[in-house]
Amino acid sequence: MSNENLAIFQIILNNLDIVFFIFLFFLGLVSGSIAENNHYKSIKKREEEFINIPVVNSGDFIDETREIENIYFVSGSCVVALDYFKMFFAAIKQIFGGRIESYETLIDRGRREAILRLKEKAMKKNVDIIINLRIETSSIGQNAGQKGGIGSVEVFAYATAISYRK
Amino acid sequence: MIITNIPLVPGKQIVEHYGLVSGSTVRAKHIGRDIMASLKNIIGGELKGYTELLNEARKEALDRMVEQAEKLGANAIINVRFSTSSVAQGAAELYAYGTAVKVE
Repeated sequence: MSNENLAIFQIILNNLDIVFFIFLFFLGLVSGSIAENNHYKSIKKREEEFINIPVVNSGDFIDETREIENIYFVSGSCVVALDYFKMFFAAIKQIFGGRIESYETLIDRGRREAILRLKEKAMKKNVDIIINLRIETSSIGQNAGQKGGIGSVEVFAYATAISYRK
Repeated sequence: MIITNIPLVPGKQIVEHYGLVSGSTVRAKHIGRDIMASLKNIIGGELKGYTELLNEARKEALDRMVEQAEKLGANAIINVRFSTSSVAQGAAELYAYGTAVKVE
């Protein structure tokens, strides 16, 4: 190995933390955006599949003229986490303020996924309508709420599902 | 046991109220899941381990609530609500509460 190569190697070794950060940054950027695209595709596909089940967040959408066969309690949840790229991007954005879109899409994905899981469970039971849907969001994880901590958010959706006698 | 999160049981008449029933559980995640989760933090996206853990925990809280209602002689729980709070680092409390009633 020549002296020049050795010197470069030395520099990398001395700044291993920075190298590691850059590596994580790009890993987060590439795999994070691939994962997000794939997730959105699957969300859109499944949302179209379940479009024929009405979901309301009011409790009084029951058809009184039809006889009720079964009442179920259905729920769905999803925990989503930030990646290094999103955190870095958000940290820059926080200097100027304004919308942090990288966080918005993350929570949007979690919420839609939770509702889809709820619908999937309801579909298996052959329900006709889902009423009184409630969504609860809470931040969990060991660093939740701490400064500089990696946040993960749990979205929990629950509702009452009703099937009418055919 | 009929569970609803609306203040009535559709198609049925409430004949008796038994008051508030609740169930709770405090869960900590184990190290294996924590390592996997922190690895996943690099990429972002869903943390399946945590989703599973919280689902299990919430089911247990619900089961405890149902158990309490059964002891009172109720056959339905209405107006069920959930709440989540982090008690300590790495531990979360899941709480479910509702009103136990008898329906006909």
